[in-house]
Amino acid sequence: MTAAGPGELAVGGGRAELRELVGRVPDPEIPVLTIADLGVLRDVAVDDRGCVVVTITPTYSGCPAMDAIRADIKAVLAEHGHPDATVRTVLAPAWSTDWITPAGRAALAEYGIAPPGPRPPGPVVVQIGRSNATVRCPRCGSPDTRQTSRFGSTACKSLHTCASCLEPFDHFKAI
Amino acid sequence: MIAYILGLADDALILAQRLGEWVSRAPELEEDIALANIGLDLLGQARGLYSYAGAVEGAGRAEDDFAYLREEREFRNCLLVEQPNGDFADTIARQVLFSAYQFELYQALAAGADAGLAAVAAKAVKEVAYHVDHAAGWAIRLGDGTDESHTRMQRGLDRIWPFTAELFDPVPAAPVDPAGLRPNWATTIDLVLAQATLTRPDVPAHPGGGRDGRHTEHFGYLLAELQYLHRVHPGATW
Repeated sequence: MTAAGPGELAVGGGRAELRELVGRVPDPEIPVLTIADLGVLRDVAVDDRGCVVVTITPTYSGCPAMDAIRADIKAVLAEHGHPDATVRTVLAPAWSTDWITPAGRAALAEYGIAPPGPRPPGPVVVQIGRSNATVRCPRCGSPDTRQTSRFGSTACKSLHTCASCLEPFDHFKAI
Repeated sequence: MIAYILGLADDALILAQRLGEWVSRAPELEEDIALANIGLDLLGQARGLYSYAGAVEGAGRAEDDFAYLREEREFRNCLLVEQPNGDFADTIARQVLFSAYQFELYQALAAGADAGLAAVAAKAVKEVAYHVDHAAGWAIRLGDGTDESHTRMQRGLDRIWPFTAELFDPVPAAPVDPAGLRPNWATTIDLVLAQATLTRPDVPAHPGGGRDGRHTEHFGYLLAELQYLHRVHPGATW
């Protein structure tokens, strides 16, 4: 089977093609990332009636982008002959930044957002007054940076400033 | 069981509403964003819990029905979360005390037998760990800061402390024994207080009643603001 390009997908295309199509939907808040890169897309299936069922999971419990992502998925499927698609949301297993793909991490850095480091292994712990792990500047690569705000432009990011190139930048927090 | 789930959801919703009151009024821009984002996390948790409560109840009630169409006496939130924002130190005191409790609670629920609660909790516990860290950082900066900031942080703690007793009171059908959460909570709080050079308040406990729908005088005002738009425009969505 040859891979179909955008717009060439046949109505009722195979599951892999559907997954690729849906996976290309961009994240509305960080448009250089696709929902596949972000690890938000969990499954694409076709039910007994032939309708596409897409399963997604939110990054944070209150992520306001979920409604837009849901609408974008439905729109792209409708354009490709699947007007009856449904999008369901699951919470478990809980999303982790470890699910962001290597391509997604590279896209984040290129875009000027420092990608998350690996999530600490084991159960979630609270460490009072912990020192923050080193966050490298996505522009110049310097490790000499400091956190300027615990939260950045969205709940999933914090704001930092680079002491070498003096640029401020967002960092995707590891959770 | 419905009452228990609603208690969890109401705690999250009402604290989110309180934190939303800080928007455009926080001491600095970074803090404005922080409190709003913490509120957003809590709102998301509340939505997940209301949806689950609706599914368990099986009577067709959805998130909005629970949030907008119940009256004061039907809300099951603890009294701590409905306490007014006060000054920034009062808010930070409320955040430290509540987030540290919610962290222990969600840890326990995430490992519990109820799959619906475990799903919400396993996700939320990661967010709440960050809330604890954020609030603790401020409690330490203020407590171990100037004479003025120390005095106000201690005063905030003394004001909120009486409402912590209710968090650990027994709740019917609770899958996690609230009293069992207290030792770890106390350890976290003592750690913060020591670093913040603050004193654990020695004040009598408030008798509570929130879990039975008996709220403090502040709650009606909060609910009126929260529900106003939906009651004036029934079924409004955006």
